[in-house]
Amino acid sequence: MSKTYEYVPEPALVKGNHDFGSITRLVTDINLRPTPKAWYIVFGISNLLLFVLLASIGYLIWQGTGIWGLNSTVNWGWAIINFVWWVGIGHAGTLISAILFLFRQNWRTAINRFAEAMTIFAVMCAGIFPAIHVGRIWVIYWVFPVPNSMAMWPNFNSPLLWDVFAISTYLTVSFLFWYVGLVPDFATLRDRIKSKFGKIAYGIAALGWRGSNRHWWNYEKAYMILAGLATPLVLSVHTIVSFDFAVSVIPGWHTTIFPPYFVAGAVFSGFAMVLTLMIIVRKIYGLEEIMTDDHIEKMNIIILVTGSMVGFAYLMEFFIAWYGQVEYEKAIFILRATGPYAWAYWIMITCNVLSPQFFWSKKLRRHVGFTFFISIVVNIGMWFERFVITVTSLSTDFLPSSWGYYSPTMWDMLTYLGTFGLFGTFFLLFLRFLPMIAVAELKGAMPQADPHNYNDEGEYAPHEEIIPEPKRSY
Amino acid sequence: MSQLFPEWANQVPRRLLVGSIVLVNTIVFTVWYFFSPEFTQVGYMPEQPVPFSHQIHVGKLGMDCQYCHTQVYDSRHANIPATQTCMNCHNQIKTDSEKLALVRESWESGEPIEWYKVHMLPDYAYFNHAAHVNVGVGCESCHGRIDRMEVVYQAEPLSMGWCLDCHREPEKYVRPVEEVTTMGYVAENQIELGLQLVAKQNIDAPVYCQACHY
Repeated sequence: MSKTYEYVPEPALVKGNHDFGSITRLVTDINLRPTPKAWYIVFGISNLLLFVLLASIGYLIWQGTGIWGLNSTVNWGWAIINFVWWVGIGHAGTLISAILFLFRQNWRTAINRFAEAMTIFAVMCAGIFPAIHVGRIWVIYWVFPVPNSMAMWPNFNSPLLWDVFAISTYLTVSFLFWYVGLVPDFATLRDRIKSKFGKIAYGIAALGWRGSNRHWWNYEKAYMILAGLATPLVLSVHTIVSFDFAVSVIPGWHTTIFPPYFVAGAVFSGFAMVLTLMIIVRKIYGLEEIMTDDHIEKMNIIILVTGSMVGFAYLMEFFIAWYGQVEYEKAIFILRATGPYAWAYWIMITCNVLSPQFFWSKKLRRHVGFTFFISIVVNIGMWFERFVITVTSLSTDFLPSSWGYYSPTMWDMLTYLGTFGLFGTFFLLFLRFLPMIAVAELKGAMPQADPHNYNDEGEYAPHEEIIPEPKRSY
Repeated sequence: MSQLFPEWANQVPRRLLVGSIVLVNTIVFTVWYFFSPEFTQVGYMPEQPVPFSHQIHVGKLGMDCQYCHTQVYDSRHANIPATQTCMNCHNQIKTDSEKLALVRESWESGEPIEWYKVHMLPDYAYFNHAAHVNVGVGCESCHGRIDRMEVVYQAEPLSMGWCLDCHREPEKYVRPVEEVTTMGYVAENQIELGLQLVAKQNIDAPVYCQACHY
């Protein structure tokens, strides 16, 4: 009886000869060391871009939305595109931290903290756009159901209102999830840092964590509950974002495929963004033994899957436009591929559908430089996806006499560029002051955490991998 | 490891929780009470150039609103009377009253008296007096008991919510058209009468935005 399959054990999550102590040092020393010079340089650039953002928002409030390239059929331009793009990027963090946690995917521990931080900052960048695009930002509180003397009440039939709730819930839950996970690591930093000020600052953040059994028990429960709460949000938030389009009656928007297609696209772009950041960070901070090539490969597989889902959705849109036999629906899709914005459409197809197909090759999946390149290409493609959806449907609407061409102004571009400054500023502060890897969780996923890996004397002695023989004969 | 925080730090979370509940409630109450037109607008009582007393003219002498505000049934505005209207009586009565000096001066020079406007709506809100009084919205419903005012003041908030209170349930406020200028009108059964009047006058008070904002 011969073996009918070959058993491939999971690769070790942490490479190198690490124990608990060395992991703690590897990760938290980054926060304890003096700030590197390069950090100040990048932080300075980010601050500059943040200033660009604040200045362009200030000018927008002063002058009104006329400074943007919006015109009479394209009343939604870069603001909504950038909003959807940033929110989409956020989704990877929640998927990694919540869904992969519930599915017991231990490899998430190397990247979850990092990805969650990215989520929070990306959602912050996203949240700016719907707030500033209303024009009269001083009455933005009207989007919330606040009882007032005008008897003004938001329209609960409007997906734009659902968006307000979806995004604010998402930001709140993501932040709580991130913070709860940080508490044990704050305590580690509190205990390791030398300065009095640092001890007090991390001590306040650690909420009196002493690592008692009771603390761990509460922590695990809280983490599990938050993972359960965050899981539906991964699906619901971008579903509701897609409703901003799908609930309208504009050809090219009014389709039932939008929610799943948007969610897949969001995860797609989010993983690409995590990869972009991770590949830089692990290089600079020397964390290749924790954020390994195996992680990159796994994430590339997710990119391949979600990228193909997005590609399938593009095909289905065309099929349904033909199959539905609605004049306007057919016209808009023909115009997308051949009309004035065909260049954007084909950039989108190249970046989103074709580029991830390289990851069928195991060699390319594990190639760091190539992955870095594709991760950027994917995010360019996903920006163009939102551009194509928003602009093509609006610029060529029902009435050919009102067709027009939309182009952004300098202020559209500066505002978008500025959000990178906001993101960069927060992300760099995160890298500098918070442990970028969930130390406590990572230790839990190491073989040293398994009590079976100790002999009777209490010494660490990992057992041999036993490869089971198949029981049935064929 | 040495003690990092003093013992009182144990109470901090609880105090923060209680403190933030108190703070949030204070903010809500402050905005709810002090930011509302009921606080900021009601009671606005500018001193007028001529100390004209509605209390004497309406309350004591029983003059009808329309004697002076003649256009109210026909026009968007309830007009401020011309000096001529004052002089109809005051060329005979109290002809040398100190308080009426400005009226006589205006009468001689032909320059109108510059009264101060009391009831102000924002420019983006359209309001039409004729549309309201012709279907039985009483003067006092919006302007209060003018017959008791020595100096006219704003009695109601004139906020959008206040407008909508009536637009949503006009039967609670309408009266027969012939009672519009009556002060202190009380119906025996307001709801029953109101519903009849709403049906009779065909009242369909709009609550959509562009009824007042366009």
